Amino acid sequence: MDDKQTVLDILQDLTGEDFSDNLDEDLFASALLDSMGTVQLLLDLQDKLGVQAPVSEFDRNEWNTPAKIIAKVEAAK
Amino acid sequence: MRWYIPYGNPTYFIWLTLAIIPLMIGLLYGRRFRGYQTVISLFFLILTFGGPNWKTGISLIGYLVYQMILVGLYSHYRQPKGSPNKGWIFITAVVLAIIPLVIVKLTPLFTPGRQSIIGFMGISYITFKVVQTIMETRDGMIKEFHPVLFGQFLLFFPTISSGPIDRYRRFEADYAKVPVRDDYLNMIQTGVRYVFQGFLYKFILAYYFGTVLMPQIQMRALMAHGFSWNIVAYMYAYSMDLFFDFAGYSLFAVGISYLMGIKTPMNFNQPFKSKNIKDFWNRWHMTLSFWFRDYIFMRLVFFCMKHHIFKSRTTTANVCYVINMLIMGFWHGETWFYITYGLYHGFAMVINDTWLRFKKKHQKYIPHNKFTELFSIFLTFNVVCFSFLIFSGFLNTLFFAPNPY
Repeated sequence: MDDKQTVLDILQDLTGEDFSDNLDEDLFASALLDSMGTVQLLLDLQDKLGVQAPVSEFDRNEWNTPAKIIAKVEAAK
Repeated sequence: MRWYIPYGNPTYFIWLTLAIIPLMIGLLYGRRFRGYQTVISLFFLILTFGGPNWKTGISLIGYLVYQMILVGLYSHYRQPKGSPNKGWIFITAVVLAIIPLVIVKLTPLFTPGRQSIIGFMGISYITFKVVQTIMETRDGMIKEFHPVLFGQFLLFFPTISSGPIDRYRRFEADYAKVPVRDDYLNMIQTGVRYVFQGFLYKFILAYYFGTVLMPQIQMRALMAHGFSWNIVAYMYAYSMDLFFDFAGYSLFAVGISYLMGIKTPMNFNQPFKSKNIKDFWNRWHMTLSFWFRDYIFMRLVFFCMKHHIFKSRTTTANVCYVINMLIMGFWHGETWFYITYGLYHGFAMVINDTWLRFKKKHQKYIPHNKFTELFSIFLTFNVVCFSFLIFSGFLNTLFFAPNPY
């Protein structure tokens, strides 16, 4: 499974929505992700993809859409 | 020469306008006069911390030297490649960073009516900036310790006394560059609008609620001995005063920052329109609540989840909400009413989350329309105003303090 699909699966687990066709949805503006969800996301990225992203890294303007998160994960690899 | 609280009176604004005009002309022509900015910063710091307040000025300098050494040492330890990055060294650094603030907060408890000699106006806000810098250095996000920039960040005079709490990486990026002329013209427009909105808030509305209305209600409430409707009136008047006073101050601080080409983050976003308590904390004293969210709540949740301290996600969230808000209560001051205020908001968050989960589960049966939205705004407003009544300490004066009559 590729990274993109893994990220989409993690997001689906967290929010209950499939973002495959909505890669630019703003997760914070639509309140799909809150601080709890964010932490869970960071932990999942760490466990499932080995991407180390500390809480400080999490700038809400840079991680607010599925597309941006995928890009961050790919850049970190 | 007179001595001034920041934004306290018209003369301060005249000084301010005169001082930043050269800076603004520079910015319009693509240059940031950093030396000049440092000189006027010192001038305004002296206006606030000099003269009869010179002792607090000495405290500020001592505090600054102490924190500079601390952050310098921690950066020296953490920033080189292959740093051992030990947890206990990080914790020691954070503890050392907050010790001065803890001493200042605890002093009135042991020597009633006296303030600590190491305190000065705005110590809390500088402490927030120091602690977050240490945390981001640990996370490897701040890769370089630059004493002069760090000093500029800590002492940025428009926000020195009560925030808004900026972030180092954000501030530094703004300070390093000069905004493009069109952007800067927009910033001037916004900045001027903020300052004038601030005048309306602080010198008209807060003056009316706080200086005209509140003392009358307070007197009536005290004369009534015990419960009376005056307490309810006091609650609303105090809430309005608190908002317009602090939002007014924040508008000045943000507005002046904009004129100086620095986009200090906003502190309030129409908080009384909040639909629930979580929404409220995303709109009220935002830089403080975001600070608590990013540097306490999320880190606590991260720690708890990583080490599987609680079985369920809900329990983790609830415990962390209460701890987070309780710490905020303690930060406000060591009195029963501040601590109760913190706990109250912690439990309000827990109840709010429980309700939202329940609502989601029973979506089909629970109506959602314009009327329920208005009701939720009304309810949130009253829950918040009641918390401010606790916060005001007036209940303490009314029921527990020795009665002056």
